[in-house]
Amino acid sequence: MAAHGASTGTGPEAVAREDRVAPASPAEHSRSRRSGQPGRAAASGGDLVLERVTKTFGDFVAVDDLSLSVPAGSFFALLGPSGCGKTTTLRMVAGLERATSGRILLGGSDITATRAHQRPVNTVFQSYALFPHLDVLENVAFGLRRTKAPDAVPRARAALELVEMAHMADRRPSQLSGGQQQRVALARAVVNNPAVLLLDEPLGALDLKLRRQMQSELKRIQNEVGQTFVHVTHDQEEAMTMADTVAVMNAGRIEQQGPPEELYELPRTAFVANFLGRSNLLAGSVAEESGDALGVDVAGRRLWLPRDRAVTTSGPVLVGVRPEKVHIFFADEGVPDDSNVVGPGRVTDVAFTGVSTQYDVEVPGLGTLGVFAQNVFGGRPIREGDEVMLGWAVRHTFGLDGHEDARSGAQVEDDA
Amino acid sequence: MSIVTAIGHGPGQGAPAAAPRRRARGGAYLLLAPGLAYLGLFFVVPVFALLVTSLYVPVPGGEVGSFQPAFEWANYVRALETYWPQLVRSFAYAAIATVAALAIGYPIAYVIAVRARGRPFLQAMLLVLVVAPFFTSFILRTVAWKQILADEGFVVAGLRALSVLPPDGRLTATGFAVVCGLTYNFLPFMTLPIYANLERLDPRLVEAGADLYASGPTTFRRVTLPLSMPGVVSGTLLTFIPASGDFVNAVLLGNSTTTMIGQVIDSRFFKVSDYPTAAALSFVLMVAILALVAAYIRRAGTEELL
Repeated sequence: MAAHGASTGTGPEAVAREDRVAPASPAEHSRSRRSGQPGRAAASGGDLVLERVTKTFGDFVAVDDLSLSVPAGSFFALLGPSGCGKTTTLRMVAGLERATSGRILLGGSDITATRAHQRPVNTVFQSYALFPHLDVLENVAFGLRRTKAPDAVPRARAALELVEMAHMADRRPSQLSGGQQQRVALARAVVNNPAVLLLDEPLGALDLKLRRQMQSELKRIQNEVGQTFVHVTHDQEEAMTMADTVAVMNAGRIEQQGPPEELYELPRTAFVANFLGRSNLLAGSVAEESGDALGVDVAGRRLWLPRDRAVTTSGPVLVGVRPEKVHIFFADEGVPDDSNVVGPGRVTDVAFTGVSTQYDVEVPGLGTLGVFAQNVFGGRPIREGDEVMLGWAVRHTFGLDGHEDARSGAQVEDDA
Repeated sequence: MSIVTAIGHGPGQGAPAAAPRRRARGGAYLLLAPGLAYLGLFFVVPVFALLVTSLYVPVPGGEVGSFQPAFEWANYVRALETYWPQLVRSFAYAAIATVAALAIGYPIAYVIAVRARGRPFLQAMLLVLVVAPFFTSFILRTVAWKQILADEGFVVAGLRALSVLPPDGRLTATGFAVVCGLTYNFLPFMTLPIYANLERLDPRLVEAGADLYASGPTTFRRVTLPLSMPGVVSGTLLTFIPASGDFVNAVLLGNSTTTMIGQVIDSRFFKVSDYPTAAALSFVLMVAILALVAAYIRRAGTEELL
């Protein structure tokens, strides 16, 4: 029953009461930072594990046989377009939605059947859901009062301190701006020192500038309290900036999971390649193997692909490369060895963004490829209509299963 | 509450909005005029007439029902001395009926607004059932209660069989019957405001309660109930005020020992043509209700919610 492995026989509420520690004094913060510990993970319970969890609403499968493991103390992001099941997953962890099948474990104990109020889990809701009839301080102290924590008020104040909202303690939520409400909602969750803190697109309603500010705020707070944060978002930049581990979700399933750099540099599905940033995906089939590389026939050209960066080593594949890895050059210029070269193609669009220039190049037989070029060299200017070559290092190439739709996940981001 | 309104708009919106608002204000008064005229003609004037009448004295040697203007404040003293038991009984019955209506009406409102949320057809059907009694006349409904509580009816028979009532016990023509009638007749006035309030309650707040370790009953006590207080206050006022002035229920379901102040006023006006006493009692009733309601609202601490 109990979420914390050590305390058998006590209900989760009792557990919550015992070892919930306030986010505490500034002294404690600096101490934990100085010692370089990854927070006080011990107080935050164990790993969160989802085992083959499925959730259906009538005929609609919202979450489909999903398995997931979130290490204690980590900042974990569930990233996906609207309707991919990420919020449903979060709500099942919170206990607000019951899994149709599968198990949810927290610190080794099965919490699948427990009710929301029995779980040592707190949520920062997308709408904040602050209680309008209580002032800010009482909102933050709400959970502590339910668990009959003796020091509810000082701890609530400390939590408000943490989110820099202590001066607003006696305001009503309706008197606060969106960003301030967001901070209070965060304090209200963090103060209970939950085993897992769930964030349901908490920054979705904020404007861009406030959003960027809150991202680094959240990261700082997670560092200070050392709790496990599970963050649901459809903003890939937000997920990559904040999380240690990102799981990309699509249609109720997890497409790929790993550190942001890994997901970006080595996507394993077309959806991840397109949803997380942009990718050029070229359909071909494996024609030869040579040492560590695969030779792929793409519309009559031979492109090379490192074997350890390919999902499949035979049959149809999608050869992929990120736009910023691609060099654009004129046919009379040379390219380094170990490069894949395609072209000639025609420049169909040039977009100058300041730090970089984005080119769309139409290559006959391959379609349109995107190129992001840093504005570093002067060189010969490239204009719309110019005939150019494209090249990129073999080691930047990745290979996906050729049966996938090369456009999967593209532009979904804009709709979300 | 809206985040967009909270942060989305800069200070720029104030200036252009000001001009149309000033124009709108004149229009608003114009729109209010018919209502104000109506209130003035049919409320302020009659109340003033009532006050004047309550101070009249009988014409010396005149026939019954003829009065002349005076400032006879003793009318109030006499009226209160004679009829204070009926006044107190009225408020007692109204209070009991209000509490009973709250006990019955809140769960009904809760079921319709919260439990049936997301099933609009069911909600509509249940609401129709709440309002359905209004489709028949007030008198008819009260007479029906007379039948339900009659000596030969199943309620009395059942209660006698269970020994709740003695073998010769009855329910008609008792205070109990009057309170039953009041409760029943004013139940929709209790249920509907509470329903309207609970219907607007953000279900995510209840989820937030559960998420913050509050069990179902605790969430109800700490979140749902406090947030539905405006509905409870309006419902109790809409029940208590008309119930304390009601006389139909007492006439049809009561006897001479259950007389309410409404009956007294009625008989003073129309049976014995004692206009000053009737007017004085009406005024006392009005002021007493006003005082009770003011005390209640202050006590409930919901001024800001009303």
